[in-house]
Order: sequence, then C-alpha cells, then structure tokens
Amino acid sequence: MQTKNDLWVYIETEEGSAKSVGFELLAPGRILANKLGVRLVAIVLGKNVESVAKDAIAYGADAVILVQGDEYDYYNSDAFAFALHSLVIKYQPDILLIGATKNGRDLGPRVACKLSTGLTADCTGLDIDDESLNLLSTRPAFGGNLMATIVCPDKRPQMSTVRPGTFKKSAPDPSRSGEIIRENIHIDPEKIRVSLIQRVKEVTEHINLEEADIIVSGGRGMKKPENFAMLRELADLLGGSVAASRAAVDAGWLPAAYQVGQTGKTVAPKLYIACGISGALQHIVGMSASDTVVAINNDPDAPIFKIADYAVVGDVMEVIPAMIKAVREKKNS
Amino acid sequence: MNILVCVKQVPDTTSIKIDPIKHTLIRTGVPSIVNPYDAYALEMAARIKDAVGGKICALSMGPEMAKDALKECLSVGADEAYLISDRVFGGSDTLATSCIISTAIKLLEEKNGAPFDLIFCGKQAIDGDTGQVGPEIAEHLDRALITYAYESQIEGDAIKVRRESDEGYDMLLAHFPAVVTVEKTPYEPRYPSIKSKMAARKAQITTLTSAEVTVDENSRGLKGSPTKVKSTYTAEVQKNGQTISGLDGSLAGAKIASLLFDAGIIK
Repeated sequence: MQTKNDLWVYIETEEGSAKSVGFELLAPGRILANKLGVRLVAIVLGKNVESVAKDAIAYGADAVILVQGDEYDYYNSDAFAFALHSLVIKYQPDILLIGATKNGRDLGPRVACKLSTGLTADCTGLDIDDESLNLLSTRPAFGGNLMATIVCPDKRPQMSTVRPGTFKKSAPDPSRSGEIIRENIHIDPEKIRVSLIQRVKEVTEHINLEEADIIVSGGRGMKKPENFAMLRELADLLGGSVAASRAAVDAGWLPAAYQVGQTGKTVAPKLYIACGISGALQHIVGMSASDTVVAINNDPDAPIFKIADYAVVGDVMEVIPAMIKAVREKKNS
Repeated sequence: MNILVCVKQVPDTTSIKIDPIKHTLIRTGVPSIVNPYDAYALEMAARIKDAVGGKICALSMGPEMAKDALKECLSVGADEAYLISDRVFGGSDTLATSCIISTAIKLLEEKNGAPFDLIFCGKQAIDGDTGQVGPEIAEHLDRALITYAYESQIEGDAIKVRRESDEGYDMLLAHFPAVVTVEKTPYEPRYPSIKSKMAARKAQITTLTSAEVTVDENSRGLKGSPTKVKSTYTAEVQKNGQTISGLDGSLAGAKIASLLFDAGIIK
C-alpha cells in the first residue's frame, strides 16, 4: 500500500494491551486525515497485540502497521525508538502523533532527534492550517499561563505528543475494515542499553482519572488530608474518582498520581467538582475540557468560578457534607 | 565518578500573572530560579557523589544572568560550572538546544579525556514544559537513556533507577555512560551552608561561546529550529455559569445537588 504522506497515530501498548491515549488520538487523527485527504494509519508495537490492531481500525484507522516481538512486551527506549524510526524512514508519513505518556515522552524526542525533525510536546489542540496544510499544534507553556500554536513547516514528519485525556475516543465501529501490514523489525539485542530488572506492581487503588466520568477534586481549601474523606465519600456515592490540585499534592495530602493540571493529568470528565481549589491556570489547563464544572469556594473572586457552570460561594466544609446528604437521600428515595 | 548535571534558569511560573488588558504575560518582577526538576537532578547527583565520591559539573545555556543559577548549583553540590551563552544560540527550539548542549558536552569530555559516567537532567523545565531536551541529548550523544527517575543507586559501573509505571514502579539498570532525567524525588534538595554560599559567590564560571561550541548555523538558533511558534495567546476562558451565593453551607449543598439532579448530570 501507499502510505507516503499519511497521518500516523502511535498506539502505545504494554503487556499486550493498548493505553487509552492511542485510541483517543485516532479521533482527532480521523478529522485531520479527512481534511488532508490522506490515510489514517495506526502504528502498533507490542507483543501479542493482534487484537489491538483490530481495535485501532474499529476506532477509525484506515490501516495498521503492526510490529510484534518479545522485546516489545513493555517499553524499552532503545528498541522502540529503533523500530519507530525504521518505520518512518520506510514509509515517510507526513504527521506522527504520539500520546504524551511517560513512555511517549521518552520515545518522541528520541525519534524526532534521529530524524532531525520538530516535535511539539504535550499538545492540547490539533488542527490543519487551511493554506499551508501544515499541522497546527497548540500547547500550554509557562505553567499554563500561555497557549502557543507551533508549526513545523520544513521538516517531515511533523511530530507532536498529545496529553492523555485531551481527546475523547470515538465509539468503536467493529464493522470497519482496514489493511493490517506486518513488519518484522528487531534490534540487535546488544544495542538495548537499559534493562528492566524488576517490575513492581503495588497494590494501590487503581487511579485512572483520565477515564473517570465524575471527578471530585480538592485543593488547598480542604485544609488537611483528613478532610479528603468527605470528597472520597461524595465520589463513591456518585461513582466517580477523587483528584487533587497541585497545592494539595505539594502539601503531601494525596500522592502525585491524583494531581490534575499542567504537571499532573489532563482530564475531561462529564462532571468535575472543584472543592477549595482557587483555579490557578496550571490547574485549569488540566480540567477545562470537562463537560460540567462545579466549583465550591468561599472566595467569591476565586478564578475557578470563571470557568464554572455552577459557582457555589460557601464553606466547602459545610457544602460537601450537605451535598452528600442530599445525594444520598435522593438516591434512597 | 564524573557526573554532569544540566540546569536551566527559569522564571518562577507560579508567580507569573497575566496583564488583564493586554492579555500578555507580565514577566517583570518575576523571580528567576533554578528549574525545580534540575534541582532534584542535582540533589540525586550530589547523593551519588556523597556515596561513592566523584565530581559534579553543572552546565547551563542562557543569558549571562543564568550564572546566578549555576552559582546556586555550586553552593549545593556542584564542583564546577559552565555557561553556554551566545546570541547566535538564541531562539533555539528543543532540537537545536539539545544539539548545542551535546556539542558542549563533547567539548568538556574531550577536555576531561573521558565521557561523563552520568548525565542528569530534570524531567522538564517549568517554563517550556517540553521534557524533550534530555532525551534528545541522549540521542545526539548515542547514550543509554532513562527518563522520569525518582530514586537511584550506583552498582559498580551502572546506575539502578526507580521509574514510576502505571501500576507501581520499574527498576531499570543502565551501564555508564548514561543519561537520566529526574522526576520529583522523595527527598528535598539540600540547602547551602553559609560557607558554601560564600565560596560559590566567588567561584569562576566559564562561559562557552559559539567560538568553542561550534555548531553549524543550520543547526542552531531560529534557523536551526524545525519548530516555529506561529501564534500565542493567553489561556483565558470565561463561562457564564450559575452562581449560588448568600446561602448557608448546608442549604447551598442541597441546592447544588438538586440542580445537578434536575439537569440530569448526576443520577
């Protein structure tokens, strides 16, 4: 098949299953590919990932390039960068999008550097310039205080990493069909310079904020870690997850995995309840795409209220317990 | 053990404000600091030096003023410091920056007669937030790379690193020479002593210009940067939401719950 000038989305896999962000990226990828009149190709690297390739087509890819091998079971910087670079050299895509996970942010710059092309990090918006047909990648900088639109006019492919949770997956359509191209790429094992000596799975609460429909998030206004119990209670009642602002994480009230914002996670739930969060821009860039925002704060001038659909001016310590009570009564009635 | 730590001087982004009329960043009066993740990287390096001995070299790129950041590094563990500074390097994106820094690293290694065993960088700088320069340095120098380390220890001629994963953490091992980018560590960087502060103030910091750090003009500055900033804007959004105020906390809580139920947002 002809894949030159196509739009590629890298689908990150680990131990045989795909990270959500790859499928998320197929949604804007589809729109951009249609706009450019090119094919949307998913790149799947992994071990035992046949089903991921099929899922990628269901989520909107026209074709998949599938590379499988034992060395791709979990991320390895040298092996993955070698494989993705080899594919780009062979097929010459015009655009390459990668999820900005830790691994994606390790892989992207290595491949971009091998190709001497530009890479825009952590984008939150993607579009095509009507005139030049260049990719427009928009990203926050300066702690979210500034949004910048970046182009890569002269080098190809145009590469961007995109934050997980920025885009929503399309509904999968299992009736879609597409070609699966198998490539056999193996790096000389001597060239793998980093070895995984132990993989520790900690039995902790599974935190998957990017997938949560409802998030109850607490900030400095929660005053102490014990007060997060009421947020957890509300979240449990609503079937949602608890999260925190940077201030709360910096204070040690919740681990970093719970942090929403520029240096934490980007989330776009159906409902985001911000409790005692003032709304620094670095926080807002991480949650402003939420469908509905409820903000509870005792400062009527708190910036969070500017982006709230429901602004509750009041003491969060009183409002939350009352809210819990009201929700429970309604659910029981 | 020979260690290099790359540091960037950045504006303290937590104190940047937006001009409400012009919608631009107000940068005057914003303090310049050592990028916090670079400070974690330096502390990780200093702990390795404490444990196994060695020398730490701090390297930065930026205007003359960035020497202040390097002096701070000298007061908390670095033994020597270099600043890459030249107008022709201005406007470099991450690819050009990593190319210039890698060229300077090769220059220092030639001078030392050996590659650095370890090169540490912060996972990202808090102004640009790209996190790309560290991995790109590893690529330019063709070295092993471990990103997002938050704990490390030396085992012979290798570094063992703890890197957070989705379900816990991975222990990774890389033999020297290696590049490691550092996440927030479980410990805080050390404070300088009065004595170390005084010594750092007097220390000489060597400036490296384009005369020493020779990078092709197509690989440096604006010209050598494949990415271009097309436009910028301040991220201000304004929703005109419904305000619930002047109510007692318990009434407000009941009110918001019923509004959400009525709108079908919660069920």
